[in-house]
Amino acid sequence: MSGVRVLVGTSKGAFICTADGTRRDWNVEGPLFGGWEMYHLKGSSVDTDRLYASQSTGWHGQLIQRSDDGGRTWRAMGNDFAYDGATGTHQWYDGTPHPWEFARVWHLEPSLTDPDVVLAGVEDAGLFRTDDGGTSWRELPGLRTHGSGPKWQPGAGGMCLHTIIVSPADERRIFIAISAAGAFRSDDAGATWKPINKGLHSEGIPDEDAEVGHCVHRIALHPSRPDTLFMQKHWDVMRSDDAGDNWSEVSGNLPTDFGFAIDVHAHEPETVYVVPITSDAEHYPPEGKLRVYRSRTGGNEWEPLTKGLPQANCYVDVLRDAMAVDSLDDCGVYFGTTGGQVYASADGGDTWDAIVRDLPRVLSVEVQTLS
Amino acid sequence: MIRVVVPAHLKTLIGEHHEIRLDVDEPVTQRRLLDALEAAYPVLRGTVRDQSTLKRRAFIRYFACEEDLSHEPMDAELPARVRTGEEPFVIVGAMAGG
Repeated sequence: MSGVRVLVGTSKGAFICTADGTRRDWNVEGPLFGGWEMYHLKGSSVDTDRLYASQSTGWHGQLIQRSDDGGRTWRAMGNDFAYDGATGTHQWYDGTPHPWEFARVWHLEPSLTDPDVVLAGVEDAGLFRTDDGGTSWRELPGLRTHGSGPKWQPGAGGMCLHTIIVSPADERRIFIAISAAGAFRSDDAGATWKPINKGLHSEGIPDEDAEVGHCVHRIALHPSRPDTLFMQKHWDVMRSDDAGDNWSEVSGNLPTDFGFAIDVHAHEPETVYVVPITSDAEHYPPEGKLRVYRSRTGGNEWEPLTKGLPQANCYVDVLRDAMAVDSLDDCGVYFGTTGGQVYASADGGDTWDAIVRDLPRVLSVEVQTLS
Repeated sequence: MIRVVVPAHLKTLIGEHHEIRLDVDEPVTQRRLLDALEAAYPVLRGTVRDQSTLKRRAFIRYFACEEDLSHEPMDAELPARVRTGEEPFVIVGAMAGG
């Protein structure tokens, strides 16, 4: 029977939630790696028992964990994330040059074809790759050494490479996003990169239409439309139909277009989900009502989804890596909050239930569809 | 036999909740002790000191015999009571909380 496995990374450990295809009754295991920050866990799409996890603390730095049995057992893998060559500088918060310093792995993106190949997005922004299942990591330096690197600057959460999308149409095409540098695309497996920020407009940077410097929070793509991207920017929800070469705003009737998470329905490439957050100063939902907004028209026209979600006195945030969809016939949608709730909808967002409440601050949510 | 105490996060990592006992070649220095620790528990590489520079991580301190040895040279011999196993070498994570 089909089922799902939800991988939850929190500020104090990881949790694995499983259910059968009805997604009504959940088994919650954890905390795994209790006390450690688990920025991201993700499974291979070609071997669902192969999981990777980013484990870190400010005291002890970065570790990478790997499971080959669906999360029952884990082993520490290589954790030497050394930048390739001279690191140079990026801008610090005050605009002065600051040397690149590795802090942590924000996002792990397993290959679509090989469970031993994984891309890792790190802070300070860089892209690393393993070809041996996490034993060793090498930087793909073409991104960091792109000519605009000295102009990149950190967002409030650090200068993190948080989004990695490998095109399902051509694995050599990779999209990434950095806060606060913007979005970039490689068409040669990460050797060279170009900024893809045309059409983004950001108040708070000297040139509001600059080639780089935009605080992109998250990008999502539907596998059947590899050239169509949806973006939640610091402010503004954006869309591109030419692989990021040009963007247009699709915020439409959202109550606020600030937010972090964005995702696309598994079977409806024009159905998009966001969670509006009040503002860059107020990281909680407008009016204390936790609402997912769904567009069935690829943006601009949005409807609030509220059934089962708190509609009073709710002041949590939903972080950029904390939303995911499964690929069961009736698409499941999942998200986690900074208040420690993980919500699931088994009907495309029409109704919601909490899988679990009162976890530590949820940093990431991924879901695996199991056959 | 050298006695070593590691902080809670690292105890969790290595699955060892008591003092660690290590054989360390003479002369017993910070560098040799940490080399022996990482050889015994490879998962600790990078968690106490940087893997390439071997510099102590910013929020880590080394205490022994009621002294802070964090700023002692890596190749200086450790106190006699550590070398004889009378006192542990304590790896400490900076206090945080509130």
